[in-house]
Amino acid sequence: MPYALCFLLFMIGLYCAVVKKNMVKIVIGIMVMEYAVNLFLIMLGYRFGGVAPIIDKGQLEAGMEQFISSSVDPLPQALVLTAIVISLGSLALMISICIRTYEKYGTFDITQIRRLKG
Amino acid sequence: MTIIFYILLLFIIIAAIIAVETRYLLSAVICVGAIGFGASLMFLFLRAPDIAITQIVVEVLGLIILIRACLSRELTFISGDREFFAVVVSAVIIFAIFLAGIKVLDTLPDFGTAIFAEVPDTASQTYIGEGLEKTGAANIVASVILDFRAYDTLGEATVLFTSIIGATVILRKKSKKLLEDPE
Repeated sequence: MPYALCFLLFMIGLYCAVVKKNMVKIVIGIMVMEYAVNLFLIMLGYRFGGVAPIIDKGQLEAGMEQFISSSVDPLPQALVLTAIVISLGSLALMISICIRTYEKYGTFDITQIRRLKG
Repeated sequence: MTIIFYILLLFIIIAAIIAVETRYLLSAVICVGAIGFGASLMFLFLRAPDIAITQIVVEVLGLIILIRACLSRELTFISGDREFFAVVVSAVIIFAIFLAGIKVLDTLPDFGTAIFAEVPDTASQTYIGEGLEKTGAANIVASVILDFRAYDTLGEATVLFTSIIGATVILRKKSKKLLEDPE
């Protein structure tokens, strides 16, 4: 069920990116989709009663077996960390394209930006 | 415990709907901030503190970039969608994809079961079991991104660098002048 809510969030972002006319709204839709995918990947690695994948002193003294059987999945966390930072870079690129288009055409409305020649 | 996840997810979804449907760009950007901080709390409860910290930092920077895009612009409240027929067709198609995707989600194990622990010899189990001995890092996520999969991090740095170069080139004033009068 949490997976379905996450998928609903993704679909809201897709609707925003497809239907809206404002360029910044399209960027916001793409951001919402990124959040949904990141949340979904982290949820896949979660287990009930799990601990964060950080070994502290008490766990070392109690033995590694207990940590291995109770830690959440560290691999999606490492990859999502990369994805979050890259999403910031792509956001900066998209917003700079929006600002430049606004300077040239004076609007964010994509139906009025018709003079797209090479 | 699961009720927290439902509350946070509903909060995120409501914020997303407001961000999509509001007329004013600044309100939409602030709602994106609400989505991001809700997601950060959710990461914290999903036992991923590294991602929660990174999400907060990235969220603040992203909000600054987005607000920069819509401050001091006129016409920031363009309302209205595309033609009615196109909106209805897209909504129907997206709803159909949603229904099909719900069926796919049924094949996954329930939320909260450790998928990686049930398959023998997954990479995650190796990282958890031998990460401390092999890399000496107490934080397994740090040992994965900086040692086991360091090339991923190198690629991430390359992509970030490339995108920043692209943004700088697009925003530069000089190139426009050169295009207009070549001498």
